[in-house]
Amino acid sequence: MLEIRNLHAGVEGKTILKGVNLTVQRGEVHAVMGPNGSGKSTLAQILAGREGYEITDGEVIYEGKSLLELDPEERAREGIFLAFQYPVEIPGVNSAYFLKAALNEIRKHKGQPDLDAVEFLALVKQKMKLLDLSEDFLKRPVNEGFSGGEKKRNEIFQMAVLEPKLAILDETDSGLDIDALKIVSNGVNKLRRPGHAQLVITHYQRLLNYIVPDFVHVLFDGRIVRSGERQLALELEERGYEWIIRQEPQLV
Amino acid sequence: MIATQPTREMKVTDPYFKHFERFEKTRSTDGPGWLFPMRKAGLMRFAETGFPTLRDEDWRYTNVAPLASLPFKPVFDSASGFPEARSIRPWPLAQSIGCRLVFVNGCLSPDLSLIPDRNGGVKIKNLKAALREDPDFLHAHFSRYAGNGDNSFAALNTAFFQDGAFIHAPAGSGLTEPILLVFLSTATDGGNTSHPRNLIIAEKGSRLAVFECYYSVNDAVYFTNAVTEVVVGDAARLEHGKFQDESSAAFHMASMHAHLADRCDFRSHSVATGARLSRNNIRIKLDGEGSDCILNGLYLTKGDQLCDHHMIVEHAKPHCNSHEYFNGILDGRSRGVFHGRIFVRPEAQKTDAKQTNKNLLLSDDAAANTKPQLEIYADDVKCTHGATVGQLNDESIFYLRARGIPLETARRMLIHAFAGEIIERIQCESVRNELDRLIWERLEQNPQVAAK
Ligand SMILES: Nc1ncnc2c1ncn2[C@@H]1O[C@H](COP(=O)(O)OP(=O)(O)O)[C@@H](O)[C@H]1O
Ligand SMILES: [Mg+2]
Repeated sequence: MLEIRNLHAGVEGKTILKGVNLTVQRGEVHAVMGPNGSGKSTLAQILAGREGYEITDGEVIYEGKSLLELDPEERAREGIFLAFQYPVEIPGVNSAYFLKAALNEIRKHKGQPDLDAVEFLALVKQKMKLLDLSEDFLKRPVNEGFSGGEKKRNEIFQMAVLEPKLAILDETDSGLDIDALKIVSNGVNKLRRPGHAQLVITHYQRLLNYIVPDFVHVLFDGRIVRSGERQLALELEERGYEWIIRQEPQLV
Repeated sequence: MIATQPTREMKVTDPYFKHFERFEKTRSTDGPGWLFPMRKAGLMRFAETGFPTLRDEDWRYTNVAPLASLPFKPVFDSASGFPEARSIRPWPLAQSIGCRLVFVNGCLSPDLSLIPDRNGGVKIKNLKAALREDPDFLHAHFSRYAGNGDNSFAALNTAFFQDGAFIHAPAGSGLTEPILLVFLSTATDGGNTSHPRNLIIAEKGSRLAVFECYYSVNDAVYFTNAVTEVVVGDAARLEHGKFQDESSAAFHMASMHAHLADRCDFRSHSVATGARLSRNNIRIKLDGEGSDCILNGLYLTKGDQLCDHHMIVEHAKPHCNSHEYFNGILDGRSRGVFHGRIFVRPEAQKTDAKQTNKNLLLSDDAAANTKPQLEIYADDVKCTHGATVGQLNDESIFYLRARGIPLETARRMLIHAFAGEIIERIQCESVRNELDRLIWERLEQNPQVAAK
């Protein structure tokens, strides 16, 4: 479903991604791990279509299309969803209004009719239960004044409503206490579908106790330096990133 | 060597004298005896100070030279222009609000006005009638707050005003429905000047909402020079608003002077979309303890428009809050000016004064000037100010697009939200909803709103 080939990208002459290769099939959950600054968020943002990054080499094929040529909104409508590491506060834009607009754009793209207010409300209420969110959430402006944990839960709530084919979760675990982490992971797991895939970006293996990946990749200095199964994450937890770095002499 | 020139100001104010002489002959018997000397003092004050220039610190961003060169044609004839203003139908807010005074070129139009019989004990009439019927009461308030000292336009208004609104809520009275004051210009040629003059008095424990609206029938050059004086008594609640939607060629000068006693709740909104050049002098004196004052403003400008808000908030007593929120959406070559002076006297401890001015530039040629000025002579106070000038936030746009929302819609949502921050502080629901809709319509007409 997603194939990243030799992706090189950077900003203002600084290269951040130095040849990323990654293939994700339908139904799979992949974890991308790596120390701070290795380029995880850059990869996630580029997949979602953030402007300002320069793609110097490589390509990304998503569902047979060249992903990098699509606008961010086109990608979202094609089923890509990014749960942001730092969700932005948007004062004055009501959460319910925003989410309904987003959902209806995606539905329109799929040839489905708009949901009216009543149908929308029924849908979101059900999804809010999944994330243990209170209803006044919807009345507030997008992310405004939300705690770090609320913002992350809100991201997954949006994912639950929009039902993307490929969800990219960028450090969704950071800033969550253990209870919130359980709620969020449980939500993510419930959203697993045979035809859908998840790309879970994290710094710590802790999250992977709850969201169990099929594959684990280690991103270091803009490259995927190691890929393996779930076991790799546990080993990393035990030995630290240093362990891999030392094993890759060309990186030192 | 520099040749000494006759001062330009004297020349400029000469025609005003001629008009005043004529005015004096015909009208000096109008109104109570104390009024005429007041008018004359206003004229003298105006002649002395003349029009402000860019050298004047309080006017450094706002050049009134085009206004000064306009022929001065005060409207004295109360019947002029009424035929063109036969209906209030097209005017925003006028249909939805059932209590209104309508002034055409500064003079009351009884036909277009509508004052319900039952209005909670609140007196609502035109100033001319009030001067006739209740001269002693007016003498205690009229021009006590605006004075003639602060700016020459207020002085000019005192000299030449014809009419305006008089609203008086006696102690404990109140109206939940808003009162609308509509000032309509039917000017067609250059230079017609009207001087609306309003006096709003909310006595102890009373409750009022008053909204002024400025509209024009034609897209003509004319000059509106308004003064509104506001008195808020102990524990009174007053919501005041002004919607300035003059012709895009017009000049609009307005002064609002409010005097606040103990524990009052006063909010004043200024929503400005019209006029080629507009200036709002907002003067607040917090002269009692424990009062709350909100000054809230939104300006939308395009083309060559300039919209200036100039605030002086004086904290004279302890435990008061004053919060100013002004957002500007600027397009074309237009300019927004915000000058906020906060003055905290030594005895005004525990003052909480806050000021924000945010400007959204929709074009490369638009500009905003912001000048905060804090003068604090008390030590236990909280005073903050912040200003931003810029484009829409890229991160916010990306966030919305990443959820499937198209770029144009994302921009619209953010601009609407930016205006909405201000509009939502309007408590009166009918006014809030109608202004929200109207501002949105204006923004939608602007191609820049959706442009990249
Ligand atoms: N927009 C940007 N401008 C400048 N440097 C950036 C930008 N985005 C990322 N970087 C740099 O690229 C590197 C990778 O950042 P990031 O992708 O956020 O890493 P991670 O998410 O793995 O912590 C860091 O050194 C970061 O400072
Ligand atoms: Mg990151």
